Amino acid sequence: MDRIDRAIINRLQESFPITDRPYQQAAEELGIQEDELIRRLKVMLEKKQLSRFGPLYHAERLGGGLSLCAIRVPEDQFERVKEQVNAFPEVAHNYARDNEFSMWFVLATETPQRIDSVIREIEQSTGYRVYNMPKEEEFFVGLKFEV
Amino acid sequence: MNTLDDLDRRIVQCTQTGLPLVPEPYRQIAAELGCTTEIIMARMQHMLDNGIIRRIAAVPNHYTLGFRGNGMSVWDVDDDLVEDYGRRIGELEFVSHAYRRPRYLPEWRYNLFAMVHGKDRAEVMEKVNRIAVMLGNDNRAHEVLFSTRILKKTGLRIGQS
Repeated sequence: MDRIDRAIINRLQESFPITDRPYQQAAEELGIQEDELIRRLKVMLEKKQLSRFGPLYHAERLGGGLSLCAIRVPEDQFERVKEQVNAFPEVAHNYARDNEFSMWFVLATETPQRIDSVIREIEQSTGYRVYNMPKEEEFFVGLKFEV
Repeated sequence: MNTLDDLDRRIVQCTQTGLPLVPEPYRQIAAELGCTTEIIMARMQHMLDNGIIRRIAAVPNHYTLGFRGNGMSVWDVDDDLVEDYGRRIGELEFVSHAYRRPRYLPEWRYNLFAMVHGKDRAEVMEKVNRIAVMLGNDNRAHEVLFSTRILKKTGLRIGQS
């Protein structure tokens, strides 16, 4: 990554225009050509320096359900519970964390009402209580990651 | 509350993995969905204005960019103070997300979550300490949960119903 790549990441974290030639407009601000901006974005996506580029949707405002859930899984049961939890298509991400609350996953459902029923199904499947920790308030900025 | 119509949903499905990397991306979306570029641009602008689209942007991958220590810091703060502190913590440049979430007493006392990013665990802990200093005596307890393994990671599939 060179200076131009870093400038692209820093500038395009904030916004990208909705115009006929948006890459040209953004490239002009960065002092490069349109095709160079497109080429560099492709390379950074391929190298996974960017995890995505495009519209970031607000899941709840699209009408879906979204929640963070945790389970206290004993170490000797971890692999079994992991398989059972991951088998649910509503489980989007799942992370092991170094805590008594050892398994943390995000549920994404088509409707908010589905969250509770999927949680009950996971509890029945695993035999463990699922702690539902939906966000009650968001203090999100997330636009200022300087590279 | 804005409800999405069928065209909005098709735009979401068409773009949730990313914006086309071509000189006229909105024209390409329009061609795929069989309508005019003007309509696509107007619909997307509308979704941006009402917050269905948070923003159109590049999302850096903290991990591959060298920020390998990502810790989920969790804090027990008085319910009356959590909004004020949440806002201040969310503004810190090393915090990517901050949320208020429910407690489950006695097992889980923490009501404020903040994702802290650093080059390694030591840097994360140093930044967590800066939050602790900011909270002072209003910090009743905190922990940092590091991820030890990714067990599953799929893209969020949204707007499908």
